[in-house]
Amino acid sequence: MRIVVAKVGLDGHDRGAKVISRALRNAGHEVIYTGIRKTPHEIVRIIIDEDAEALGISTLSGAHDTLIPKICEILRNEDLNDLIVFAGGIIPERDREAIYNCGVRAIFGPGTNTNSIFDFLNESIKRKESGDFVGVGENLGWHWIDE
Amino acid sequence: MNDNELLMGAKSGDRRNLSKLLSRIESGKFTFQKDSNVWALGVTGPPGVGKSTLIGKLIEQWTNAGEKVAVLAVDPSSPVSGGAILGDRLRMSNSDIGESVFVRSLATRNYPGGIIPKISDMINLFSYCGWSRIIIETVGSGQSEIGIIAFADRILLVDGPDRGDIIQAEKAGIMEMADIIVVNKSDLPRAKVTADLIIESLSLDSRDLVPVLLTSALENKGINDLVSCLDSLIPDKSRKNLRIRQILLSHWNSLAISNPRFEKIILDASDGIMSISESISSLMELLHEEAKS
Ligand SMILES: Nc1nc2c(ncn2[C@@H]2O[C@H](COP(=O)(O)OP(=O)(O)OP(=O)(O)O)[C@@H](O)[C@H]2O)c(=O)[nH]1
Ligand SMILES: [Mg+2]
Repeated sequence: MRIVVAKVGLDGHDRGAKVISRALRNAGHEVIYTGIRKTPHEIVRIIIDEDAEALGISTLSGAHDTLIPKICEILRNEDLNDLIVFAGGIIPERDREAIYNCGVRAIFGPGTNTNSIFDFLNESIKRKESGDFVGVGENLGWHWIDE
Repeated sequence: MNDNELLMGAKSGDRRNLSKLLSRIESGKFTFQKDSNVWALGVTGPPGVGKSTLIGKLIEQWTNAGEKVAVLAVDPSSPVSGGAILGDRLRMSNSDIGESVFVRSLATRNYPGGIIPKISDMINLFSYCGWSRIIIETVGSGQSEIGIIAFADRILLVDGPDRGDIIQAEKAGIMEMADIIVVNKSDLPRAKVTADLIIESLSLDSRDLVPVLLTSALENKGINDLVSCLDSLIPDKSRKNLRIRQILLSHWNSLAISNPRFEKIILDASDGIMSISESISSLMELLHEEAKS
């Protein structure tokens, strides 16, 4: 899969994003890492030019509650409804419902075993192939539950 | 949408259609040989010398001058997983804004048949869709990377200030392909010395006409000179032979690497099941089979 990994928020700490990128690479994916300090519009632009199938958003600094919805909104406006979006980093429990409601299909907290991410991606591909909703602009109702 | 609709859309400026077609070329579902008036520049050099940062500066200058700049950033795939981290966007500031820049990353991945034949289709497609400056970046480490660069009829070789790495790399054939050589990071000591070493080594081969420039992509120095040098560069017809040689060699290389049975041959040879000369024979057989199919 071609996956864009984006780090949102103004802090320059992108270790988390790099760890995820490395793990996805080792699992055979092509990862396009955006680097730090990209705006939501720039991130969407990268997704278009790179023809990515999935977007992983890494966030630390509490920017998730504005930036993630913003990204998802632009994605839908650009008609990238079938893009699979997942998020990782520090996202408090109370904010998660709102994030899922934007079309994000999985949230991975700090210290998540990377295998869960692979399982999520496999499940997503399966859903996509059988015509079930999994994209950011498609019907809500399903998201990954990480044990 | 079918290929024709995508092509019409891409030609009229639709980025998503262009992007989809690039993917279709990559996965071998679409070919595009229409050869318009292509302007392509290959940029290569050792890891970390500032190629991407420098390309970021070229993008700035060219887009300001009204050019449309497309970048194909080629990164190696992991030989083990086949995956890749494609990170060149990191350094190309401004590359993700503005309609007149398009950056696409490409892994030299293990497609049957290799990536080589696809590169020229992608370049032609960009050109057909109105991209007037097409840049291909690779890390100049191996045969396949050199072969990829050779698709461009203008080649810029970038080195850093430390060791004159590219002189050591001469045997790999990169240095003799370069139209322009840049020593980047001129803000650091030893850049000038490195440039002098390169100039001296070129003069030994009577290639004194290859310009050697100093730049600092970080401090934006020497960029204007580089741009005018590139803009006025006339592709060297006499090097065509050299470039085609590199393209064919690296295609040969990537045919081997992308063949799923190649790994098996390596394993058998290292386990002692086959001798080295036996494994060479089975490699030849394999490539022969692939050529027939
Ligand atoms: N001092 C100095 N540093 C520079 C200059 N240009 C780039 N750098 C730094 O060198 C490092 C590598 O830059 P890149 O542009 O990623 O180099 P690259 O050649 O594209 O690297 P690879 O694609 O990984 O081979 C970064 O930390 C840059 O900030 C320069 O002119 N001067
Ligand atoms: Mg680079």
